Amino acid sequence: MTLLGLLEREPSHGYDLKRDYDTFFSRGKPLPFGQVYATLGRLARDGKIVIGEVEPGVGPERKRYVITERGATEVESWLTDPVEAEPSLQTVLFTKVVLALMLDRPAEEYLDRQRAAHLRRMKELTEIRRGGDLVDTMLADHGLFHLEADLHWIDTTVARLDALRKVVRR
Amino acid sequence: MKAIEARDVHLSFGETPALRGASVAVAPGEIVAIMGPSGSGKTTLLHCLAGILVPDAGEIHFDGRRIDTLNEHQRSVLRRDQFGFVFQFGQLVPELTAEENVALPLLLSGVKRAPALEQARPWFERLGLAGLQRRRSGELSGGQAQRVALARGLVARPGALFADEPTGALDSLTGEQVMDLLVASAREQGTTVVLVTHEARVAAYADRQVIVRDGKVNALVAA
Repeated sequence: MTLLGLLEREPSHGYDLKRDYDTFFSRGKPLPFGQVYATLGRLARDGKIVIGEVEPGVGPERKRYVITERGATEVESWLTDPVEAEPSLQTVLFTKVVLALMLDRPAEEYLDRQRAAHLRRMKELTEIRRGGDLVDTMLADHGLFHLEADLHWIDTTVARLDALRKVVRR
Repeated sequence: MKAIEARDVHLSFGETPALRGASVAVAPGEIVAIMGPSGSGKTTLLHCLAGILVPDAGEIHFDGRRIDTLNEHQRSVLRRDQFGFVFQFGQLVPELTAEENVALPLLLSGVKRAPALEQARPWFERLGLAGLQRRRSGELSGGQAQRVALARGLVARPGALFADEPTGALDSLTGEQVMDLLVASAREQGTTVVLVTHEARVAAYADRQVIVRDGKVNALVAA
């Protein structure tokens, strides 16, 4: 969907799409060229893009991709629909806590370890934030707010472990 | 070498124990965040480390010197000459201008007014407060007042800066600006920082975080 969205700005070459994707969306995980062209092939097959003019010249053939009406409609609908807010209430962390209590293991110690791991990651993201541009900052912020929410949950859960132990060990 | 250390510190308020064997060591130039739930003893620990409170038992060391055995006057001199403080609400003196507030620790240490103000002025540029030198605290926003408080905490180049919820009264963006400046300024001067916060995002600016729970420092995270 991201590549399709980038194509709505203007017809582009695969190389340009990869460059823009890597600049704004990949953050340390560059998109392989193979994946770019596989995605473009799929989008063309589904009628969401077409191949425009082919520029001859030195080097590999350079195709320019153009978004179709159908593709633009899909981008519009994707942008408009809200992302589903946390559809699943089940989390690995919750499962670990409940199992630890059922098995009479030190759940609080596990949560402490998790807190330490979260804080380490928050420190890394804070460093990225401090040294980075606005795009880095926004991405790091997203991670930081989610980790912070987890930490609130961890703190609340630690305070409720005794009560939860009684519930799960009936 | 440890800049600041608490060894097995106990302190009760009446019948209520606040610290029950808290130990923590902070290296020179290190920035450590003390976290923990409300009532866990984190601010009490900060006050002990800063020589504001004297523990019932245990030891506090600063720069290789035991400070919990000093008398009230000696601790007061130590705080004035060696420590800087930043609190949740800037606690600027409302009758003084911003630059007089920044210069206050120097004035209290006996520096003459003109050189003290001279030393205070560069902080306004450094902390993005240029042009606000003559304002009084009532004429500053929360973020500006807290930056003035930060400058006041660091102007005398203290050996240690103690900050208690320094962003607690600020919105998250302003709080982050203050933390950016606090960390950058402390690093520039090599100042050791002990920071109390309940916000993980603020604690993430520190080199290391420790958790205080039930009056003790959590060893798992402290490691």
